[in-house]
Amino acid sequence: MDDMATPLRSNEVVDQYFLEHRAKVLDIAAFLDRFDRAAIVDGVAPSATTNDVRVRALCAALDLLRDGQPERARRALELWSDHSTDPVAKAGMKGAIGAVPLP
Amino acid sequence: MVSRTTDDYQRMALAGCVAITEPAFWAGYDRSCAQGFMDYFRQLTDTEPKRAAQFGIQHHTWLCINPKESEDIGLAREVLAEIPNFLDRPNVLGIGEIGLNKNSRNELIVLEEHIALAKSRDLLILVHTPHLEDKMKGTRMIMDAIKDHGVDPGRVLIDHVEEHTVRQVLDRGFWAGMTLYPDTKCTPQRATDIFEMHGTERMWINSAADWGISDPLAVPKCRDEMRRRGHLDSIIRKVSFDNPQKFLSQSGRFRVK
Repeated sequence: MDDMATPLRSNEVVDQYFLEHRAKVLDIAAFLDRFDRAAIVDGVAPSATTNDVRVRALCAALDLLRDGQPERARRALELWSDHSTDPVAKAGMKGAIGAVPLP
Repeated sequence: MVSRTTDDYQRMALAGCVAITEPAFWAGYDRSCAQGFMDYFRQLTDTEPKRAAQFGIQHHTWLCINPKESEDIGLAREVLAEIPNFLDRPNVLGIGEIGLNKNSRNELIVLEEHIALAKSRDLLILVHTPHLEDKMKGTRMIMDAIKDHGVDPGRVLIDHVEEHTVRQVLDRGFWAGMTLYPDTKCTPQRATDIFEMHGTERMWINSAADWGISDPLAVPKCRDEMRRRGHLDSIIRKVSFDNPQKFLSQSGRFRVK
């Protein structure tokens, strides 16, 4: 592998990207609040205990982000990935939802 | 760029774009017959080169039936039978973008028949890997199928790599492409992170310019991101021009200097 380490120092990373990612955290917080408000109206479980595959996957990834270990992006993508190996019998839909059910 | 306006060609030229390679793609709906693909291939090999040339951009293309339409094997085989009639057009670089979408048996069969066609004519291959939760599994299946057919991985670009697939693609000798999107998939920031973690050998970036939310100027935006972080101009040029040129020149039809 050729060496292409980031030229940025840690304080420069924060200076350049903090506000943008602060906003993204608020987007996630607002999304979960929105989901929970809707869940109350619907009389279903909130984000902390929902059965929705996507919300559960998102919350699981949030735990992963705070574990202090490297390569969080790779590990989040792997968390959401289908780990089976055999072809599926038939393509039932064109698109993808973004995550497989967690164990 | 069949999904884009002529304004986009103009904006790309102004941003320094000198060449485009446009893969055969899903139209957003399933075509009803093989003849629809023939019209599409004429558009890719005749109309689009003329549109691009107005702005000094060389247009190249890849031909196939996209994996999103591969579930219908009968239709796929009708299209496959016609593709050789277009392969001698001067802007055709190879077969693509082939691959898998939902990792189904039929998609795999059609993928293997495309690989066999490319192998029989010694053509380059451009691979589309599945989206989101299907990508990791599909990427492995695609690479296995290509290796099983004895194709040199140095003549295959596995596109749409992300953090969880890039290492295995490079370790198996393939080229790795990062298709940049505004936010839903690989962004300029993440692509730059991936270069910083995995290097730049056999790696390059390209802009998604399809009918969905995408940005033909994603490559110049990634160049700006790399420059903003302080990366050398030579490295920026390598991933946005030199490496694509090196890979695509293997076709014998890519002569952009």
